[in-house]
Amino acid sequence: MAVRKTRLAKPYRVLQLDAAIRRGRTVHETNLMHEARKLGVPVPAIQHIDPETSSFIMDYVNGPTLKEELYAVSPETRGKQCNLLGRMVALLHEGGIVHGDLTISNVLCADGKLFLIDFGLGDFSTELEDRGVDLLLLSRAMKSTHIKFHEEIFAAFLHGYSATVGKRLGVEAVNKMREIERRGRYSERT
Amino acid sequence: MISLYCLGIESTAHTFGASVVTEQGQILSDVRDVYVSAPGTGIHPREAAEHHSVVAAKVVSSALNNAGVNASQLAGVAIALGPGLGPCLRVGATVARSIASFFHTPLIPVNHAIGHIEIGTLTTGANDPLVVLVSGGHTAIAAFSGGKWRIFGETEDITLGNLYDMFAREINLPSPAGPEIEKLAAKSENFISLPYVVKGNDVSYSGLLTASLAKLRTGVSLEDVCYSMQEVSCSMLAEAVERSLAYTRKKEVLLTGGVAANRTLQKKLSDVAGLHDATPHIVNQAYTGDCGPQIAWTGMLALRSGVTIAVAESRVRPRWRLEDVDIVWRRDAS
Repeated sequence: MAVRKTRLAKPYRVLQLDAAIRRGRTVHETNLMHEARKLGVPVPAIQHIDPETSSFIMDYVNGPTLKEELYAVSPETRGKQCNLLGRMVALLHEGGIVHGDLTISNVLCADGKLFLIDFGLGDFSTELEDRGVDLLLLSRAMKSTHIKFHEEIFAAFLHGYSATVGKRLGVEAVNKMREIERRGRYSERT
Repeated sequence: MISLYCLGIESTAHTFGASVVTEQGQILSDVRDVYVSAPGTGIHPREAAEHHSVVAAKVVSSALNNAGVNASQLAGVAIALGPGLGPCLRVGATVARSIASFFHTPLIPVNHAIGHIEIGTLTTGANDPLVVLVSGGHTAIAAFSGGKWRIFGETEDITLGNLYDMFAREINLPSPAGPEIEKLAAKSENFISLPYVVKGNDVSYSGLLTASLAKLRTGVSLEDVCYSMQEVSCSMLAEAVERSLAYTRKKEVLLTGGVAANRTLQKKLSDVAGLHDATPHIVNQAYTGDCGPQIAWTGMLALRSGVTIAVAESRVRPRWRLEDVDIVWRRDAS
């Protein structure tokens, strides 16, 4: 089974600009997914790219989002899954990619694996700042949807992340995340 | 009717303005004198400050006279302590402190950016908007939450106002640059490719400035460059606003600040609001630019909530960020 992702036209952009942006982003996103896959991070396999319609076709991942899954499984399983996600994101960061929109809605669960999707805001970057934003976005997403056990699952995520990137880089990324959070830009909705 | 009167003084950049407002939000007077720099030059802070000190007495007394209010009747004197240019801020602050001290009137500290937001909500009736603040000093997307205006997106380098001003300065267009660029842009529909940089909810304009100037040097017509630069810069902000709107789920968008007068930007933000079932609000044209009423009205809101400052502590704050201001007069929407 397959699914097509299409970038829709925006009425607030002149046609020529809109077309160039949608086309460029389609190519950029599929590039990132391709590179992520080479790093060993599970992403849906891309079957076909059609820049002319700003769309691409990828494998359909038949499973719930991690957001839904975390409500359904035991505390032990959710710890394991978040630990696994930590290791996947660490691989991505080590390979020079940041996701840019890392939330538990952008992770799919199937066949005992996790798949990262929606690389539309991602980039090739090794900047600590960009990595910190990824961590903060994830932490915020966990906090806003899994109020009761968000600390536990984010800790499990960080455990997996640090186990892969090493303790020093892990601490640096978390410190950067806190610094960005203090700037207030990505502060919690109340 | 008996009302409280608040005098507001604005002197953060090129404008020296004074205004008297009532407790009910009536703007009784609005007097301004603007320092104009020569084409090809920007604001010289010391010269602007000199201008302000020359016109200050006349502007403030006209504001009181036009309102028919005597200085001794004032309930408060509001002063924009920042953000802005230090030398300019000090002129307004000195005038405000003198009046407050002489008449034993409370002095009220006002953040200039919050002033843009409050004059926007006053003149449009917006209740709980996603604010898009665009001026020489700001390009920011903010929403109210937990007692403060939180920044959801902003420029990573120069502001939209800077982009237009710096572009105009390089090619000797007269000031203010925005309307001039808008006029030139209206003469073209020939879009040329320029860098479009949106990072999540943030925008970056410095590359666009460099590229626009480079296009002129390669012989592209001024009209085409203005049109394309305006299209790209406003579309970038519209996209950042769209993301913030999707995230915050606000049902109103308020465009305010000097660049809010730009019709291309107005149109694009209305389009974005429409995509998310939000109502677009645009600050009254008369109050897009820096002015006394934005300070006087914000001062009145602050005064009614008991916010005042001792003269001895009323230092200017050139880098005062809007998200650092406690907004005690506004409550979170439930």
